[in-house]
Amino acid sequence: MNTEKNITTQTRLTDNIYAGLEKKPVLYGIFALLIVAVLLVPQFANNYLLEIFTNTWFYIVLCLGLNIVVGYAGLLDLGYAAFFAIGAYTTGILSSQFGMNFWLTLPFSILFSALSGVIIGGPTLRLRSDYLAIVTLGFGEIIRIAARNLSITGGASGLIGIERPYLFGIYLSKIHHFYYLFFLLVILAVIVSYRLHYSRLGRAWQYIREDEDAAEAMGINRVQIKLYAFVIGAIFGGMAGSFYAIKMTAISPETFVFTQSAMILLAVVLGGMGKIPGVILGACALVLFPEIFREIGQMRMLLFGIVLLIIMIFRPQGIWPERRN
Amino acid sequence: MPLLEVKNLTLSFGGLMAVNNLSFDVEENSIQSLIGPNGAGKTSAFNCLTGFYRASKGDILFQGKSIFRMKPHKITAMGMARTFQNLRLFRNMTVLENVMSGMHCRTRAGALAAVLRTPGQKAEEKEIRRVAEECLDFVGILHHKDRLARNLPYGDQRRVEWARALATKPKLLLLDEPAAGLNYDEKEQLIDLIRRIRQELEITVMLIEHDMGLVMRVSEKITVIDYGQKIAEGTAEEVKNNPRVIEAYLGKEDEDDD
Repeated sequence: MNTEKNITTQTRLTDNIYAGLEKKPVLYGIFALLIVAVLLVPQFANNYLLEIFTNTWFYIVLCLGLNIVVGYAGLLDLGYAAFFAIGAYTTGILSSQFGMNFWLTLPFSILFSALSGVIIGGPTLRLRSDYLAIVTLGFGEIIRIAARNLSITGGASGLIGIERPYLFGIYLSKIHHFYYLFFLLVILAVIVSYRLHYSRLGRAWQYIREDEDAAEAMGINRVQIKLYAFVIGAIFGGMAGSFYAIKMTAISPETFVFTQSAMILLAVVLGGMGKIPGVILGACALVLFPEIFREIGQMRMLLFGIVLLIIMIFRPQGIWPERRN
Repeated sequence: MPLLEVKNLTLSFGGLMAVNNLSFDVEENSIQSLIGPNGAGKTSAFNCLTGFYRASKGDILFQGKSIFRMKPHKITAMGMARTFQNLRLFRNMTVLENVMSGMHCRTRAGALAAVLRTPGQKAEEKEIRRVAEECLDFVGILHHKDRLARNLPYGDQRRVEWARALATKPKLLLLDEPAAGLNYDEKEQLIDLIRRIRQELEITVMLIEHDMGLVMRVSEKITVIDYGQKIAEGTAEEVKNNPRVIEAYLGKEDEDDD
C-alpha cells in the first residue's frame, strides 16, 4: 500500500517537472535565472569557492562528453581519461615545446583526440558485447604509461610552464577568468549535446541502443554510427583536456589514472545516462560531495561510496527522473 | 528482368541444411508468398535475402545487382525493406520516432549539420517527419504518433512495423509472418493493406505466412518449401492441389494408415 502511494506521488512529481519544463517560457526562465546566478557568483565568492565551481564546470564538460558515448550510444568506455590526456598533452607539448599559441593548439587537440577515437573504436566497435570496455580500459593505461615514459611528455614529472593565452585582450590568469571560460564551455557542451540528441544522428544512437538488429534493418550502419559517438565523445574529452592544461599550467601523468575515468563514468551513471540535466547533476555531486564533507577527512570517500551504493540500489536509472508518456 | 532473383541459395549450420539449393524469382509489382511447414527454412531464407544470415552458396540478384552476403543496412538502402516475425520495435521511443528511423538511409545530415542546425538539416528533419507521418497515415495509426511504441495494443504495434518499413521507401517489401497474432478483422485489414501497398505505392510485396487462407487470397504466386528445398511453385490453385504440398503439410497417406 505504502510503496504504491509513494510511486504515484513520485510519478506525479515527475510528470509535473516535465510538464513544467516543456513550457518554453518556464524553461527559458529557469535558464536565465541559472545563468544570472552563475555570472554573479564571482562578486561574492572567495577563491576557494571559485576554484571548486570552476572544477565543477570542467567535470560537467567531461561528463557530457562521456554521456554521448555511454548515455546516447550505449557504449561502455572505461578509459575516457585517455582522451582528456591526449588533449591536455597536445596543448601542453605544442605550447611549451614549440611555443605555439594556445588557440592554435585547439585544432590539433581535436584532430589527435578524434584520430585516437577512430583508431581505438574502428576495430573494436565491429564486435558486439563488451570488448570495447576492455580495450578502452587498456587504452587508458597505455596512454598514461606512455606519457610517463616518453621524453616529449616530460616523463613522470610531466610538463610545466604551459603558456596561458589572451582572450579579447585579457590575459587569462585569475581564477574568475577560468570560472567564466569554463562556464562558457559548459554552455557550448550543453548546446552541442542537446542538438545532437534531437537530430538524425541522435535518434540513430537511440535506435541502436534499443534494438541493434531492427536498426540495421532500417538501413542504419551500426558500426559507423557508434564510431561517430565514440569520436565525438573523444573530441569533448580532448577539448576539456586542452583547457585543463592552460588552467593548471602543468600536467602530469598521474592526473589520468584509471580512477579518473571511473569517476567520470560514475557521475554519468549516477545522474542518469543520456539525460543532460542528470549528467550535470552527477558531475556536480562528483565534485561537491567530497568538498562539502571535507571536515570528516578520509571518511568522506567512504560515505560517498555508501551514498552512491544506496542511490544505485534504489534508483538504477539515475537521480534524474525518466521522461514518461 | 525480375526484381529479385534467388539462385541456388544454400545456407548450412554445420551439417544442417537450413536452405538447400533454393531458387525463385520475384516479378516487379507482384504479390508473392513463401510458405512451408514449421521449420521448413522460410525465415532462414528471408534472413539470407536481407543480409542477417550469410548464406554459404548461391547468388541473390536485386534489380540485376548481386546483394549476396551484403550487410543488412546496405540492402535496405538499395530498396529492400523487411519486418520481423516477432515484433522488433524501438519500444521506449514514440511511434513517430520509430517510423522516422526508416528515413535514416534516405537522408544524410551528419554531426556538424546537427550542431550548427543548418538550413539543410532543418529542411531534412521536416521531410523526415513528413514522410513518417504519411506512412503512419497510410497504415491508419497517425493518431497514435506521440505514444510510446510499447504502450500500443499488439495489432497497432504491427502497423508501426509496417509503417517503419514503408518509410525506407522500398521497392520490395518483405513481410515475415505479418498476420501472426492478428484477429479476424485485423487480418482483413492486412489483406487490404497489402493490396494498397502494391497498388498505391507500387511496391512489390513478398510474404512468409502460416495463415494459408490469407496467402491463397492475396498472392499471385506461391513458392512452397520444405526442408529448405523448393517443392512446388505456382498460383494458389496449382499449389493447393499439388500432392507434394499436401504431403508436406499433412503427411503421407500410407503413413496415416499404419
